[in-house]
Amino acid sequence: MRPFDFTRPDDLEGACAAGFTEGATFIGGGTNLIDLMKLEVMAPAHVVDVTRLGLDRIEDEGDGLNIGATVRNADLAADPRVRRRYPVLSRALLAGASGQLRNRATTAGNLLQRTRCPYFQDRDSACNKRTPGAGCAALGGEVRNHAILGTSEHCIALHPSDMAVAMRALDAEIEVRDPEGGMRSMDLDHFYRLPRDTPHIETRLEPGDLITSVRLPAPKGDRQIYRKVRDRASYAFALVSVAAVLRMEGGKIAHAAVAFGGIGTEPWRDIEVDAMLTGETPSDSLFDKAGEVLVQGADVQDGTAFKVPLVQRVLKDVLWRAVA
Amino acid sequence: MQISFTVNGTRQDMELDPRVTLLDALRDHLGLTGSKKGCDHGQCGACTVLVEGRRVNACLSLAAMHEGEEITTIEGIAQTSPDTAATLQQAMIDYDGMQCGYCTPGQVCSAVGMLSEAREGWPSHVTEDLDAPLELTRDELTERMSGNLCRCGCYPGIVKAIRTASEARTSDSEAA
Amino acid sequence: MSVQLKVDDRDTGEVTQNVLGRDTERRDARQKVTGRATYAAEIRPEGLVHGALVRAPGMGRVELANRAEVEAMPGVLMVLSDARMIRNAAQGAAGEAPVQGVETAAYVGQPVALVVAESFEAAAHAARTLTVTCEGASNEIDPEKVEIAEDDTDETAQGDLEAALREARHEIDRTYTTPSMHSAAMEPHAALAEWDGARLTVRASLQMLRYNRAEIADCLGIDTENVRLLSPFVGGGFGSKLGISAEAVAAALAARELGRPVRVVQHRRSVFEVNTRRSETTQRIRLGADAEGRLDAIGHEALVSNLPEEDFSEPVLQGTHFAYAARNRLLVQRTARIHRPAAGSVRAPGEAVGITAFEIAMDELADEVGIDPVELRLANIPEKDPESDVPFSSHMLAETLHDGAARFGWADRPRAARQRREGEWWIGSGMAACFRVNMMMPAEARVRLTADGAIVETDMTDIGTGSYSILGQIAAEALGLTAEGVEVRLGDTDFPPGSGSGGSFGAASTGTAVWLACAEIRTALAGRMDCEPGELTLREGTVQCGNRSRPLAELLNGETLTGHGEVEPGKAEDKVRQATFGACFAEVAVSDVTGETRLRRMVGSFAAGRILNPRTARSQAQGGMIWGTGMALTEALLHDRRDGHVVNRDLAEYHLPVHADIPEMDIALLEESDPWAGPLHAKGIGELGICGSGAAVINAIHNACGVRVRDLPATPDRVLGGLS
Repeated sequence: MRPFDFTRPDDLEGACAAGFTEGATFIGGGTNLIDLMKLEVMAPAHVVDVTRLGLDRIEDEGDGLNIGATVRNADLAADPRVRRRYPVLSRALLAGASGQLRNRATTAGNLLQRTRCPYFQDRDSACNKRTPGAGCAALGGEVRNHAILGTSEHCIALHPSDMAVAMRALDAEIEVRDPEGGMRSMDLDHFYRLPRDTPHIETRLEPGDLITSVRLPAPKGDRQIYRKVRDRASYAFALVSVAAVLRMEGGKIAHAAVAFGGIGTEPWRDIEVDAMLTGETPSDSLFDKAGEVLVQGADVQDGTAFKVPLVQRVLKDVLWRAVA
Repeated sequence: MQISFTVNGTRQDMELDPRVTLLDALRDHLGLTGSKKGCDHGQCGACTVLVEGRRVNACLSLAAMHEGEEITTIEGIAQTSPDTAATLQQAMIDYDGMQCGYCTPGQVCSAVGMLSEAREGWPSHVTEDLDAPLELTRDELTERMSGNLCRCGCYPGIVKAIRTASEARTSDSEAA
Repeated sequence: MSVQLKVDDRDTGEVTQNVLGRDTERRDARQKVTGRATYAAEIRPEGLVHGALVRAPGMGRVELANRAEVEAMPGVLMVLSDARMIRNAAQGAAGEAPVQGVETAAYVGQPVALVVAESFEAAAHAARTLTVTCEGASNEIDPEKVEIAEDDTDETAQGDLEAALREARHEIDRTYTTPSMHSAAMEPHAALAEWDGARLTVRASLQMLRYNRAEIADCLGIDTENVRLLSPFVGGGFGSKLGISAEAVAAALAARELGRPVRVVQHRRSVFEVNTRRSETTQRIRLGADAEGRLDAIGHEALVSNLPEEDFSEPVLQGTHFAYAARNRLLVQRTARIHRPAAGSVRAPGEAVGITAFEIAMDELADEVGIDPVELRLANIPEKDPESDVPFSSHMLAETLHDGAARFGWADRPRAARQRREGEWWIGSGMAACFRVNMMMPAEARVRLTADGAIVETDMTDIGTGSYSILGQIAAEALGLTAEGVEVRLGDTDFPPGSGSGGSFGAASTGTAVWLACAEIRTALAGRMDCEPGELTLREGTVQCGNRSRPLAELLNGETLTGHGEVEPGKAEDKVRQATFGACFAEVAVSDVTGETRLRRMVGSFAAGRILNPRTARSQAQGGMIWGTGMALTEALLHDRRDGHVVNRDLAEYHLPVHADIPEMDIALLEESDPWAGPLHAKGIGELGICGSGAAVINAIHNACGVRVRDLPATPDRVLGGLS
């Protein structure tokens, strides 16, 4: 690790001020940041611990829920309100990482976790995300845990989160405090940025912005499923995952929100897929068509071609389970 | 920087480089080498310790992040969780839940933490019904322990040992 | 004085079994569960400094561009790049330096420098700051693309394979591939080196100290006597610690120059590059059989790889040589010289991948012939070694097949694929036979007996295998003591050189040396009793000859009796074919939606000579079966197609099986005694489990869902490809 200053402010103002200094980064659980700092893929000059700012509470907010930025993944997954009303979120959290990691990893940290692209993690390989303009060693290399949607000629890195996939299907909003103390909220749908020619810029956060919480509106569907496919039975990143939040009315799909992991440069959601499902009667052909629409224009490499049939099969399975 | 926390009931005050991880503080500064460094990246679980009673990977945490906290390592776990840990350690011996022994302290600490999570009713990836009372089946145990790798291939013995500790604890509570 | 034995013939003696053969707790178990077992990196001598290895990002001539800048960093003591540093780990039992010199990188990831600093943090950061440039040699990295030298080709031919295949009623011609794999022991390779004048002491994580000592001495150009190695606990080896690795030599060199103890622990990412991998293999297997499935033709051609100048070639065909009879045989091994990280021994080198592919082919043949896979094996058990015609020392494959099949409930299995379904999951069963050569290595041990008990001393290691336990049991048995009456000291080259741990030879080789050392003590006691050693009975502190009996303490009279035992392999190796046998049965579930495979249960039945401690032996067998499961389902080291570097060099992406992948395992160790294995009649058990279990899983996948996976591992994408 490159040397850094460590501070642990005890109020939001101090934290944001410290986070606004050149080369500063916030640390929550550290499970991703310290991993990458050891590889010197990330090398902050200041590390600002935000775990003692009182952002670790889960609170009812109208019919929804306000989840503090530093709520640990384990606590969020086990929260009775989440288990009962947002089971897709519990399921997604529990499908990720290990018990130990979930005990440390935080809500905001999970949203901001970096890609597992091996070339990003290897400082001896070219990576536009790590060093803008350096090139992308993944292209033409060993491609497996990479994206097929949202890619650009500069980057095919996959967003690895499970939690964020469920949150997209739940229409989560992110509360952000800027360095001047101003608060604003962003739809998760508009939080991430596609790589395009700036793969190093992953979100719409500005320097010094601190995520304070994630708000979940009242669940729009009571049929919630998360299914993840991976190379071993546990403790592995997704090859493909699907989160579905559906509501049925009179045999028809009244609300559909489907999000995907393992295929996109960001936790993926396609409004076209949701729209074509909404108002329809479940059928094989409908779900097959949804799978076709989803992968239109997919950027398939040698090692990721399997994700197309895999995500289509899992989507169909998840939708049938949801409407059952 | 100045850092202090409690390890196995003893307060430790240390002057450490902020880069020192909790694991390296324990192993290299306090001489508590029972917590193992297998990967140093949160990928194997050999460094598992309890922080405020919860299992964590000590390698992915800075010592500085634990100011004022209570840490329990393998060296102290039989004292801090006598009912579970001591039974578990004996059962690990009985079922030969170890070979090279390098992952063993992490398995023990992780299991102790896991059993207390289960007692709180936390669900897991394999829990059928998120709302129903938890039944700690073999599938539940193996899923919950999957953050602790063992290369020698001792998983079945480790799982039997944890079941023994878990059942002993259950009957303890019933007796009480 | 010493009792020496060259194993030339069958042993006619008998071994009592009071302590030996008993299921007892691992001698070091309590230390391990309480965290008190101390491994290589876990002591902190005064003045300790820390080293971090630096890798080559490319191939060719190496420049350390900013060396001076790094040397000036706070806390940094030196940047070492020395011609004596080694390119890759030494091969097993080399006993001499591997290729030395770091001015050129032969593969991407080669260690080219060591940065030493006052703290671990400073060293790690400085090592990452050092800018290494490589001139960019474009060496070939694809084994399929290089021409194979004649020296790198090995062929065994009997009869006429092509003609026999033409005439065979049933024929199989298939090609299988297995990827590079890694030992990935849980303890990373580590060394702590300290000099006292001309004498070097290294606490290291190594498997074969007698050879490792010579390797380090040779690297440094010093006398072997001046090197002491200490490895009392080793956090797993599986072949990757057979030979010394880069950190040990670099730590010794730095410690000498700095005059301070230097500790170097390989970063997990280095572990995957610097230490030998199991070579990838491409195996073409051709089988010809008659209507009943009896083999008349066996062709097995393997392509493996290694770096230039490495002697090791993954011995893929080792098991095929003796597994099944067939008059017409062609076994060809080719080694491609390429510039991926060095290949070497990984648990059961040869059979682990060779038998796996062969036993998948046998399953395909059983389908083709239309007979039960167990019957197919039974029909092809050779009476003698199929190539050399010498008898087997013992051969219990048939018994393990019957036993395993009965335990598993094999008879209930539908022979055709795709017959059982539970929801989206296809359920199926598969089996495979297990074969592994048995070896003995030279070994010495010393035993000292006093009235308080005995002390066993040898530089043998316990890498999780149970050496501490069984060596203690052997001495206790021979000297009429309880297990607690024996202290076992291992992993120190000041003790007589044992065999080291590897190749499943540790227990029988070093165990025999301990047995012989005890025999010398028994002879001395018989002398004091004025009787023949054969008449002597030792029991609980009493020495008996016929009807005369004296307390041991009185007979010793305050003295210590010392025995030294030495064993070496002899002509027995030429007179008989010695191997271990077994059978594995697996039940899997395969998702029709995702192609994911879950192992539901596994049965292993094994025959490996006398079992010295059933508890530790069972753990060894189980470990092998779990390794086989990993090989079948999850493990693959990925090499970048452009420069060969290991892409997934961490434990997040090199997928070892986790708890959730592994069900209960039913393991039977059949009673067997092999008199050709020395006086203990014991053979190795540490590797047998991996030599077939993976094939059982792959065959079960086929039985479940009809997909035949020939390129391992059977990850969801590969199974799905066959399902859709």
